[in-house]
Amino acid sequence: MNYKILTAGDSSVLIEFGKEISPEINHKISATVQLVRDQHIEGILDMIPSFCALLINYDPRIISYEKLCRRLERLLKIDVTAGARKKKIYEIPVCYGGDFGPDIQNIADHAGISVEEVIARHSSRDYLIYMLGFLPGFCYLGGLDEKIHTPRLSNPRIRIPAGSVGIGGSQTGIYPLDSPGGWQLMGMTPVKTYDPNRDPAILVEAGDYIRFNPIDEAEFRRIKELVDKDEYQVVIREGDD
Amino acid sequence: MGIRVLKGGLLTTVQDLGRNGYQSQGFSVSGVMDVRSFKIANLLLDNPENEAVLEFTLIGPTLEFTSETIIAITGGDFQPTINGEPAPMYQAILMKKGDILKLGSARTGSRGYIAFSSYLKIPTVMGSRCTNLKIGLGGFKGRKLEAGDYIYFRIKRRYLPYFLSRHLDLDEFDQEKVTLRVVMGPQEDRFTAQGIETFLGSEYTVTSDFDRMGCRLDGPFISSKSTSDIISDGIAFGSIQVPSHGKPIILLADRQTTGGYAKIATVASVDIPKLVQRKTDDKIRFKAISVEEAQALYMQELQEMDEMRRTIHKPCQEVLQCRMVARRVSKLFANQK
Repeated sequence: MNYKILTAGDSSVLIEFGKEISPEINHKISATVQLVRDQHIEGILDMIPSFCALLINYDPRIISYEKLCRRLERLLKIDVTAGARKKKIYEIPVCYGGDFGPDIQNIADHAGISVEEVIARHSSRDYLIYMLGFLPGFCYLGGLDEKIHTPRLSNPRIRIPAGSVGIGGSQTGIYPLDSPGGWQLMGMTPVKTYDPNRDPAILVEAGDYIRFNPIDEAEFRRIKELVDKDEYQVVIREGDD
Repeated sequence: MGIRVLKGGLLTTVQDLGRNGYQSQGFSVSGVMDVRSFKIANLLLDNPENEAVLEFTLIGPTLEFTSETIIAITGGDFQPTINGEPAPMYQAILMKKGDILKLGSARTGSRGYIAFSSYLKIPTVMGSRCTNLKIGLGGFKGRKLEAGDYIYFRIKRRYLPYFLSRHLDLDEFDQEKVTLRVVMGPQEDRFTAQGIETFLGSEYTVTSDFDRMGCRLDGPFISSKSTSDIISDGIAFGSIQVPSHGKPIILLADRQTTGGYAKIATVASVDIPKLVQRKTDDKIRFKAISVEEAQALYMQELQEMDEMRRTIHKPCQEVLQCRMVARRVSKLFANQK
């Protein structure tokens, strides 16, 4: 495996696995996170996996830079891609269009297709979660159909409600909490991707997949009611890589 | 029983060493800005290393104590008074019921800390009591303190052994120029040799764009090889990113977990307190050291704190003198027989 361990101060190292966004590199990172976690290396405080790198925070009073690098190098020799991993797909119900997705017509117009086709294209594939960042639970998803890539709004909204699903350039995603933003909004999910009162507060992890499942307004209300009563279980499917 | 906030000050929050372990999900660490002052405040009271404190910025709060407890104030000099009388810093102080502690504006430094022997009753959220202001998580209702807020104590702890010995030398925060030692990387290869020379050889000025998230500096342009945009990756406490405008931004406690600008270097842990105590227009220079040197400095600081702990656990001079007095008195009695 190609990698480089870089220093990021006296309490972090950055393992760089490449310089491009690709599912293969990202899978290696997810597998490495799992491997490091399983090892319970004392002194490691936190890990931040991203598109093609992994930042590891550690306490140098427990493990020195040199020792940590030696342990990591030994771990990185292990072929993490060997075991065929099942992919974990979270089904996120989305009610497209209407008040929930005020910009869906923009997206359709930009692509020169119908709103129905926008929905069909958006909800017909599994999106890899490359990383979480920006906000708790905010997923950077890969693999959006090129046909529906749409530039961000020229005038960003001051408040986008939590649960909004949108497109910004070549990216699609869900706003985990109310936030300002410039994405074209196409729908909304009743599922809370971030809930501080739930354990875990965040449903998904980098390396998992998301699939959007179109629902109508009645179904939206039914699920929302269950979510509010803490009775809704997100459907998780397993798939082959 | 606990403390009532009479005035919130500019930005007073409950903090500890931060919410670690959730950055992979996008949660910022938050936590104290000046880890050294924080640790010393807790150390003076024999508190656990990670016990929650109040952090205040530029203008401190005014607090009324509704029960007895012991506190320690550290960090910049906020000219503290208790019931109008000047109060010492870097020292254990017994607060009585009804006492009013007033922190003024920062004469030196920009951040201060108060630790409490009775511990603040703040719920632990995901392993920490710290306040994440951006998403309103943790701390006191996820926000800064305001007049009228009331925080209870968790325990009654009104006695500490060696009470009179519990004072330490004050840290100095009045420098207007500081040199921050940095470890180069992770993306110093994104910058030209000249860019790195500029970074390490120039003086930078702290701008007013300085908050718990980060500190923007102004000064000579740091040139990058092509673009300083990178594919977003994780950010460490003290990471120095340089966007295309060529001016460094140092990322601090409330930093986002990931970012898309190349990071030329990272401030050594022991020097982050020096940075976060600066004010607008103060001057900063950078000096490169190796990661081993930076870790040695960190270990040295921990030893220094062990030494502080020993100092405050010795009987103080006054007590020693009392014993001498007692011995003399008893001799007098013996002679009388």
